[in-house]
Amino acid sequence: MSEHLLEVRGIDAYYGPIQALREVSLHVDKGEIVTLIGANGAGKTTLLNTLFGNPRALVGHILFRGEEITRLPTYQIAKRGLALVPEGRHIFPGMTVEENLVMGTIPVGMEHADEDRQAMFELFPRLEERRDQRAGTLSGGEQQMLAIARALMARPEMILLDEPSLGLAPLVVKRIFEVLREIAGLGKTIFLVEQNANHALKLADRGYVLVNGVIELQGSGKELLGNPQVRQAYLGGH
Amino acid sequence: MSTHASPTFIRPLREAGVTFVLALIVFGPISGLVLDGYSIEPHLGRPLLIASIVAAGRLLFGVLEQTPFGQKLLARNARKASGGVTVARGDEYKLLYFVVPLVIAIGVTLPFVANKYWLGNLILALIYVLLGLGLNIVVGLAGLLDLGFVAFYAVGAYFLALGAQYLDIGFWTALVCAPMLAACFGAVLGFPVLRMHGDYLAIVTLGFGEIIRLVLNNWLDFTGGPNGASVPAPTIFGLEFSRIAKQGGTPFHEFFGLEYSSDYKLMFTYLVLLVVVLLMVRFLTKLRQMPMGRAWEALREDEIACRSLGINHVIVKLSAFMMGAMTGGLAGVFFATYQGFVNPTSFNFFESALILAIVVLGGLGSTLGVIIAALVLTLLPEVLREFADYRVLAFGALMVLMMIWRPRGLIRPKRPHFAPEV
Repeated sequence: MSEHLLEVRGIDAYYGPIQALREVSLHVDKGEIVTLIGANGAGKTTLLNTLFGNPRALVGHILFRGEEITRLPTYQIAKRGLALVPEGRHIFPGMTVEENLVMGTIPVGMEHADEDRQAMFELFPRLEERRDQRAGTLSGGEQQMLAIARALMARPEMILLDEPSLGLAPLVVKRIFEVLREIAGLGKTIFLVEQNANHALKLADRGYVLVNGVIELQGSGKELLGNPQVRQAYLGGH
Repeated sequence: MSTHASPTFIRPLREAGVTFVLALIVFGPISGLVLDGYSIEPHLGRPLLIASIVAAGRLLFGVLEQTPFGQKLLARNARKASGGVTVARGDEYKLLYFVVPLVIAIGVTLPFVANKYWLGNLILALIYVLLGLGLNIVVGLAGLLDLGFVAFYAVGAYFLALGAQYLDIGFWTALVCAPMLAACFGAVLGFPVLRMHGDYLAIVTLGFGEIIRLVLNNWLDFTGGPNGASVPAPTIFGLEFSRIAKQGGTPFHEFFGLEYSSDYKLMFTYLVLLVVVLLMVRFLTKLRQMPMGRAWEALREDEIACRSLGINHVIVKLSAFMMGAMTGGLAGVFFATYQGFVNPTSFNFFESALILAIVVLGGLGSTLGVIIAALVLTLLPEVLREFADYRVLAFGALMVLMMIWRPRGLIRPKRPHFAPEV
């Protein structure tokens, strides 16, 4: 019945006895940029991790390309064209930039490695300058770029980003969002979890607002930007 | 930051002075007072000489530091000290074409030159090299702290001893089967510890090591308990290394018309061991460039990233444990053969700690470092036999000093670059 690329139907997730998500339903269509905003502890990261099977959704279904992925182990999900850029970047600090990119090819094999690596260096010229440098020595912004590039090396159909603006200077954040737009231009579907509601909603086609594990609001990026409730809670009044 | 001003001598001179005094304090009592019969004779010239040499060396360094050449060296060292792992890009290996054949040649000729005592020490040293390489996979590459590694060593050794006793298997069968059995034990240990990290993992592995030892110690009927079990001498194409062969067999020395000597057995063990160690080094180097080796290092660096990249961390951890255990089992077979006898006291926690010390001192993840550390830690105590009582003390002090000044080990871990050239 559904033609959505990713569909989440009424999932509940728990950390031990604490319920982190309540009947969360959302969908992302092919080629869209969708953002999920919410305050600290609303369950944004939990939702992304649940999509990747950790913690598992106890109730509900997660469908990707119409296939049920709710009960698949994490490493299998990554092989189906869904890539996650985890919160806090999580690059391999002891490996060089280039090696980090090569690690990204694990789900698909080395077949297109050379070609894709070249494409990443075009998308992120900074990474090419630093290709032989250990990733741990990069600046925060460069590390975030590397994390995004590494995720793209798996040729995913859809890329999930967890707070790519975390701890970065405003100028760098701006650059990251520009890059995301470029990536969307390449035909990738993007699901973006952000605290930086202003930037995220401006970029996104549609958005969801998560409050205490429940989806409170949804709508197009513009609608949500104009919504007084959202303005009050996430954009600092006015 | 290279200053092209002419070198100043004031600071180096002052430092040399301090060095002189320190050296006098250190060497004074050691070399200045000589025990002669019941009296102590002062030889004050000697500490003065030693201290002058040391101070002169310090002065030379101090001056050299200020020359452009010295500056360059310092800069290079500073770059190296940036911490972390260096990546070899291939051209560093040119040197290896000379060094590797040389090392092999020395390794092969040694048993024909060394006496029995040193041959035994060399075998032990190589056994520790093997153990170090095995633990290096688990601790150095995959980053899983294993304090019970000696368990796999015991499994290998006891497999040969008990296998010979109950199933009549020999050295060669054990050489093939013991690593497999040890790998199975590695998997058994691996499963429960998959979810654990750091301290918890260390405690569980520590317990595992002790369980194996206590079972070997207390299962009197099967293992012989503290009395141990004897291990038969190895054979080569059915030729035995004993003075008189068992029924039907021919001893090695008779077959070749040589005088009987118990050294042949040791030489044979040494040569086979050398081959196994060399193959293992080669295998490990290759493995690090393959996806499995990459996945181990990635797991050490960041488990969350690994999982989001679709690495099956269960398989990766298990494979690290099994590979490490396999190597440990292999070492056990050689140990049992060399000793001709095994009992549980050879496999106590101190052994685990020693192997871990080898890996840490050598540099976590550095194959060359682990080999050097294993040789140093096993051969040095033999050279310094007189100080045997202080051995453990010296180890402890060495560990403390290493952690302060060279926390990444003797040799900085170097890893073959695994991204193919564009």
